[in-house]
Amino acid sequence: MDLSASFVVDRAGLDRLLGALTARGYRTIGPVVRDGAVVQRQVSSTDDLPQGWHDEQAPGHYRLHHDDDPSLFAWAVGPGSPKSEFYPARSLVWRATSSGHVVTLEQPTDNAAPVALIGTRPCELAGMRVLDRVFAGGEVPDPHYSERRESSFVVIAECGTPASTCFCTSMGTGPGVDGGAGAGYDLALTELTSSGEPRYLVRIGSERGAEVAEEMGGSQAAPQDIAARDAVLEGAAHRIERKLDAANVRQLLASNLAHPRWDDVASRCLACGNCTLVCPTCFCGGVTDTTTVDGTVERHRQWNSCFDLAHSLVHTGPVRATTWSRYRQWLTHKLSTWHDQFGTSGCVGCGRCITWCPVGIDITAEVAAIAASDGAVPVSIESGGDRS
Amino acid sequence: MLLTEVEPLSNPLTPATYRVVATRVETGDVVTLSLEPTSGPNPFLFKPGQFNMLTSFGVGEVAISISSAPGAPGPVEHTVRDVGAITHSLCTAAVGTVVGVRGPFGTDWGVDGLDDKDVVIVAGGIGLAPLRGAISYLVDKPGRTGRVYVLVGAREPDQITFPDDLKRWERDGAVVKVTVDVPDSRWWGAIGVVTTLLPTVDFDPARTVALICGPEIMMRFTVRGLVDLGVPLGAIRVSLERNMQCGIGWCGHCQLGPLLICRDGPVFDYSQALEKLISERER
Amino acid sequence: MTENIGELVAEHPLFSGLPVDIAELVGGCSQNVAIATGQLLLEEGEPARSLFLLRRGHVALEVHEPGRVPLVIDRIGPGQAVGWSWMFPPYRWHFDARALEPVGAISVDADCLRSKAEADPAFGYLLMKRLAAVMLERLQATRIRLLDVYGRDVAH
Repeated sequence: MDLSASFVVDRAGLDRLLGALTARGYRTIGPVVRDGAVVQRQVSSTDDLPQGWHDEQAPGHYRLHHDDDPSLFAWAVGPGSPKSEFYPARSLVWRATSSGHVVTLEQPTDNAAPVALIGTRPCELAGMRVLDRVFAGGEVPDPHYSERRESSFVVIAECGTPASTCFCTSMGTGPGVDGGAGAGYDLALTELTSSGEPRYLVRIGSERGAEVAEEMGGSQAAPQDIAARDAVLEGAAHRIERKLDAANVRQLLASNLAHPRWDDVASRCLACGNCTLVCPTCFCGGVTDTTTVDGTVERHRQWNSCFDLAHSLVHTGPVRATTWSRYRQWLTHKLSTWHDQFGTSGCVGCGRCITWCPVGIDITAEVAAIAASDGAVPVSIESGGDRS
Repeated sequence: MLLTEVEPLSNPLTPATYRVVATRVETGDVVTLSLEPTSGPNPFLFKPGQFNMLTSFGVGEVAISISSAPGAPGPVEHTVRDVGAITHSLCTAAVGTVVGVRGPFGTDWGVDGLDDKDVVIVAGGIGLAPLRGAISYLVDKPGRTGRVYVLVGAREPDQITFPDDLKRWERDGAVVKVTVDVPDSRWWGAIGVVTTLLPTVDFDPARTVALICGPEIMMRFTVRGLVDLGVPLGAIRVSLERNMQCGIGWCGHCQLGPLLICRDGPVFDYSQALEKLISERER
Repeated sequence: MTENIGELVAEHPLFSGLPVDIAELVGGCSQNVAIATGQLLLEEGEPARSLFLLRRGHVALEVHEPGRVPLVIDRIGPGQAVGWSWMFPPYRWHFDARALEPVGAISVDADCLRSKAEADPAFGYLLMKRLAAVMLERLQATRIRLLDVYGRDVAH
């Protein structure tokens, strides 16, 4: 099938897609509603997907509502992200056994079936590509990460209903994905709901995607289907409320490290680290070595957060001892020094950090506040003073 | 990166196994471990200024400077200061203990290109350890036209590390000066912070490269002292330290603003940008 | 500003007992300032632009080192002066000075003071004598502190 061709299927076509992927040995991971949130779990049919579910997001606020809408993808993003598939929260790195003075190291082999991500959002794809630069694009690539990424099948679901916390348009990461080879996905779906039952415009992004698409059925996309997709994306972009000045934020934060706004946000921030957990690009992790009773040593790798006091520990104590310095580190890394370290922004505008912050800190508002008084420093010496 | 066997999908967080073949107590809480691989090629290839991640099996892994000279025959030396659980177990490791080694990592002092330079080395406390290999390399390298100056600061006389090396370097042509903060009754050397030694040596600031390692306060003041004597900022190199967990740019712990100490450092060319970075509190 | 800043300068021990016109000269470079608790009067690396004559409240002279709470070098109080690096190039502060409580001080502009001292050597000499006396006293006190006389047994 021609890579530039697009076609339209109905919901049954999506079920055929899931079947085709399962038959090829993929674990199909997609969105389901569990415990009041849209989370990623194994899905076997479109019955598992969040039909009729809508999310309402605001700073520190996330609610799901249900109605009889036949749409499967009329929600924005949940707290999880594809990060968990490629960079698990905790994993065994090696195991060492010793006998006498001989230490033998063994590494676990990664036997998990390759993953097919169903319904990845464009901002999430952008997040994966940011992590690719960190884990696969550096001097020392992570071979397990690379293997999982290369073997993964990605089915995008373009966004029609962004949340109020989304700002993908500012970061150039949504609400749709570009086509063509190298786009980073295998298939991209756009849910078209203009008439009755939803139909899905399918665009092909890779040879592998083309091969699987042959089993989906459907009919060639008509000009009005292409137009309908444009309308969905335009409507979504129009609904985006929040903005971030991505062109200037790198320099803005680099030159405002003493801005009084950091004191202000520090008085609200709990240093709980929720933002780092839900962020699709936060990658800080550490290693811990543990011993079992029989003397076997295991090294695990696990997610860490820069909000943790121990994150910056040197032998005399933490370098970033205050919430003030830790919040500043997180935001300046995400929006500014990430560019210096990896050549891109660390932020994809998904808004999760805003939604899942228990005190509702909104990074777009923090950046705007700093920009509004660019160059401000706390006034320490005031003239006048009393005469006593 | 050294592994005893090459495996497909080998994880860069897996160390090679090395054996402790000798230990030497330098001062009260500083020990030098000599390590050899349990199997596989030797010598270990590195450049002075780089570090290894040493694993004490069952306790943890820590970044330790390589303190031997590159190309020196024999085992690779690592000088460890006992400041926590992992370093304590390394400092108390008996000969024969197997430890893990990953590395070498990081940028080096760049001693190769300094043949015609006066090299002023300023070391505070344990900061002499990452410089030791560089000094031996420079002192022993034939054909160098520049001089080598070694300025060492320690808290007390019995905390001076590598006293035999200091004497050896002086015998072999380096200018060596040592100062302490708190002398004892037998001390006849200089007293005061190491910056006070700078005006007492006759290096040529126009053709000097300075290598500095020690607590950051000491490095900041030493840089100022060198600049006051006419050494350009860019001719000064410092070794910085932060929380180091992976050494390979994955874990994010060693960040200092835009820099990753494991990848962009630990040795840095000094600059106004770097000075600004290390002057900021809690960065 | 009804009270004469020169009178406030003359009240301060660093300048007390000097002729009135000296205090007025210094006053011409001065203004009354207030610093809130926790704020910095001096910041390491920043341009050294003033001599501070403390009138109210205490200040800690500090050095920061990553991984440690700021190390306090000295504590300076009312009647004392803070900030010497304005005297010599590169005119940058070498330490931090932090207000431990609300501080009231006279801030004497360094450029003004230096140029007046250059223009009037007699004034310059008087100023230097006063400043040198304070610095000598501090140096001697610091030297004795370094002996760590209360520390562990210095038996060797």
